Amino acid sequence: MSNYYESGDLKKFGDIGQHAKKLADDFFKYYGDVVGSDGALTKREKALIALAVSHAEKCPYCIDAYTTQCLEAGSNPEQMMEAVHVAAVMRAGITLVHSVQMQNHLKKMVL
Amino acid sequence: MSAIFKLKVVEEKSKYGFEAQLRRNGIDLPPLSVDTLQVNVTRLCNQVCRHCHVDAGPQRREMLSPEGIAKCLEILERHPQISKLDITGGAPELHPGFDAFVEQAVALGKHVMVRHNLTVQLDGNPQTGESKEYLPQFFANNRAEVISSLPYYQEYFTDAQRGSGVFKKSMEAMQRLNKEGYGVEGSGLMLNLVYNPVGPYLPAAQAGLEADYKRELREKFGLVFNSLYTITNMPINRFRLHLDKTGQFEAYMEKLLAAFNPAAAAGVMCRSLVSVGHDGRIYDCDFNQMLEMEAVDAQRKRLTIFDFDFGRALRRPIQFGDHCLGCTAGAGSSCGGATA
Repeated sequence: MSNYYESGDLKKFGDIGQHAKKLADDFFKYYGDVVGSDGALTKREKALIALAVSHAEKCPYCIDAYTTQCLEAGSNPEQMMEAVHVAAVMRAGITLVHSVQMQNHLKKMVL
Repeated sequence: MSAIFKLKVVEEKSKYGFEAQLRRNGIDLPPLSVDTLQVNVTRLCNQVCRHCHVDAGPQRREMLSPEGIAKCLEILERHPQISKLDITGGAPELHPGFDAFVEQAVALGKHVMVRHNLTVQLDGNPQTGESKEYLPQFFANNRAEVISSLPYYQEYFTDAQRGSGVFKKSMEAMQRLNKEGYGVEGSGLMLNLVYNPVGPYLPAAQAGLEADYKRELREKFGLVFNSLYTITNMPINRFRLHLDKTGQFEAYMEKLLAAFNPAAAAGVMCRSLVSVGHDGRIYDCDFNQMLEMEAVDAQRKRLTIFDFDFGRALRRPIQFGDHCLGCTAGAGSSCGGATA
């Protein structure tokens, strides 16, 4: 293998059942139940959430899969890009909100 | 006439096994009726869309002859079972006999559908410069059903697929159709739009997308229409070339195969229409026409409009190929949208 991530490996997702079939079967059923149909959220909304998470988690397989999934759910590039910004501001916000911890500690350290 | 045609031998072995897929699912797809005569009158078009299965464009010169038009009208007159005429192209309005064809089919009491690309109203004929601005009124006078491609309710996808500036012109053309009453509730003048993906992926669910189109087009442009038809891109001709060039053909075929839906297969359009080419040959659909997979009768004799026999057409074995996976994937695909 020349790279850690190979785009062709996405097709092998089902192979996670090797050596742990029941757990994989349970996972895929859960996965399908959650994202495979409309529920309280539409498939389109779920796909946009998944796209945002894909970016936050920096998973190239998921980014490819959910870019396609968003298109197949009728999303447009503005909606998809906005979902990525949601992920981005969450990450930025999480980083920045930790500065409160820094401020707290700073107060203890400064006379 | 039929003697001069040479039957194309399809040598390429089926790699994705559409017919095997039918057999595995116990599906038999004989024709159910011939209620629609779909006629591709010309490959000339003012646009060069990137996905076009016809390879249509401003340089194309293929036209159905006046004799061919007359023969189609004769077939329509002789067969009350064929209640609908579906005129396509290219941009069918660029055929010099288009107007008369519509008027005479309407006079026969047929329901006439025109696959109208919207922009031809503003662009006119790319070869002669003839204006086509009269079309909305002409359609309304003949109460023709207008079916128009609009790949998305936004400019980005639409222009990516159909060319720069197409979205803006399409909005203007729709305004002109709305002004004549097309798409307006209670007018009886039908304006249906066609969505197809802008790349190698499947269409979104038709009902949800139709609601999006209606909301967005009304709010942003004050436009109305009747129904949205979702159509899957067929892996042939110009779109196939794109798939090959970008190395996505195999993945797209696998996607179509994985999404095979027996319910969608039962509703394929070739079971209720025949497609006529510009030279009078008959095909099971417009896609088979572009692949030159001629329709044949039970004795494997080719079908043409020049020796048309309703019984032979109804009893024909439909010719299938791997491209048919495009019509049976997901919610299905036809000239009238989803089939399942």
